[in-house]
Amino acid sequence: MSPTMRYVIFALWVIALASVPLWAGNYFVRMAILIAMFSGLTMSWNFIGGFTGYPSFATAAFFGLGCYAGALSQKAGVPMVLAWLVATVFVGAFAAALGAIVLRLRGHYFAIGSIALVEVTRLVISSWGSLTGGGDGLNVPLIQGSPTEVAVTFLGVMLAIMVVVFVVTVIVDRNRLGFGLRCIQQNEDAADMVGIDTTRYKVFAFTLSALFCGTIGAAYASWTGYIDPTDSFSILMSIKVPVMCILGGAGTVLGPVVGAATFMILEEVLWANFLDYNRAILGAVTVLLILFLPGGLLRINYRELMARYAARSKRSGAPA
Amino acid sequence: MSTPLLSLERVSKNFGGNRAVSDVTFSLKEGEIVGLIGPNGAGKTTLVNLITGVQRASGGTIRFGGLDVTDQRPFQAARRGLARTFQIVQPFPAMTVLENVAAGALFGGERTSRADATEVARGQLEFVGLAAFADRPASALTLAGRKRLELAKSLAMNPKLLMLDEVNAGLNASEIDGALALIRKVAERGVTILVIEHLMKVVMSLAQRLLVLHHGELIADGVPAEIVDDPRVIEAYLGGKFARRLKEMPQHG
Repeated sequence: MSPTMRYVIFALWVIALASVPLWAGNYFVRMAILIAMFSGLTMSWNFIGGFTGYPSFATAAFFGLGCYAGALSQKAGVPMVLAWLVATVFVGAFAAALGAIVLRLRGHYFAIGSIALVEVTRLVISSWGSLTGGGDGLNVPLIQGSPTEVAVTFLGVMLAIMVVVFVVTVIVDRNRLGFGLRCIQQNEDAADMVGIDTTRYKVFAFTLSALFCGTIGAAYASWTGYIDPTDSFSILMSIKVPVMCILGGAGTVLGPVVGAATFMILEEVLWANFLDYNRAILGAVTVLLILFLPGGLLRINYRELMARYAARSKRSGAPA
Repeated sequence: MSTPLLSLERVSKNFGGNRAVSDVTFSLKEGEIVGLIGPNGAGKTTLVNLITGVQRASGGTIRFGGLDVTDQRPFQAARRGLARTFQIVQPFPAMTVLENVAAGALFGGERTSRADATEVARGQLEFVGLAAFADRPASALTLAGRKRLELAKSLAMNPKLLMLDEVNAGLNASEIDGALALIRKVAERGVTILVIEHLMKVVMSLAQRLLVLHHGELIADGVPAEIVDDPRVIEAYLGGKFARRLKEMPQHG
């Protein structure tokens, strides 16, 4: 796919999501907000999990810390948008400081370390009751307006973040940083031997993967008006986000967006139609997709698939 | 005499109680082609790992261009002009051959743009004879092709010292001839080369000087003609019994 084509598809998709309030009710607007939100989270994960090839499950830690950093700043009287920036910087600094330690681990060990990160941050937040309200959660000042106005505002916010993360992805992809990260993903020892400062590059990727999770978490907290540790640091989010990315195509520019949208829509359809079995079906679909489509939806050679299909239908049409 | 390009002073490496490299001292002059030989397990690759910072020396000093580089990391070695190829080739398998070489030019050489790095990479692929495969994935190359790719990638880093770790291992006779011709061509550019081999025959024709490593110790350092007659070298390669029998024979060689 040519870069221009990628940008056009992305732009059309953003416009489509932005137009939802014009033709659908609040249920669909909420859906659009969640798609934009998960697109941002998935593109963030793509920096470390896709480009660099480090299977991180730390998304929920960054998201949760973003929720709390934003909410606590807002409670302390910081204006909302500024509070989001505070959360972004805080979570970015947190990832940069920890990255140098956890990125010494590779493969499965790194994956386990990153899961521990989610659990430890969750426990600290829920135990530090005097600051965070502990298990009772935290009320965040609500913004003024009717439910529809609030929904439209946050759709705009989440879409804006999504666009920013996409732009950063494109820049990284074209830059020497992206090239270096791909080398690390392919063969870290060889990357080191050709002169890539692998530690610095990995910390950079890890920080990028955290930064916007912080913004999204803080915006989410302002949107819902109430956060608690279990909801903010959900391990399910840490698993969903990588699945979305792999589904679309890890390490590609558009893959995370495609994967997040496909997954969210699939999840919603299954939820609506199979209330009892939706998780089981989603799990089975995920396993099948990863087994048979490890490169993701974007790596399928659609032209070849069409040609094969055409050939087969021609053959079956011919007399036996 | 000018300062040597690379000098090792009593360099050692222990793995637990096992002394893999023991008090090795030698130096390389600029523009030299030197062979580092020794039987399997002599510590040749460990020595190269110490020089390039893949492993850290337990003792001793390594100087490169007068600078103490004993504690350097591999990426620093690469940027300082110490390039190596691996005995077991290390490509970026899913990237194209051209991208593999461009990585060397982009990160290991002088700071350049991606376009310039690609230009350098094309030149190096031409040089090693892989230009026709530029857009193929590195994993599609044969072993001989991947060894050439390693060489092109190292050359793209514009090295001062090139260490070739068993570039001929696993190649057939005609491929070895091709590889040797290529190494001579690289040497003509003025690059100092350290050829690591366990086959003596291969380095004899190539190197101006030979270093022999045995059980982690440097047992000989001299011109190839002397080295082959050195009883300690013969013993290391053929075993003590055979060496004595060879000595008792009235005339050999």
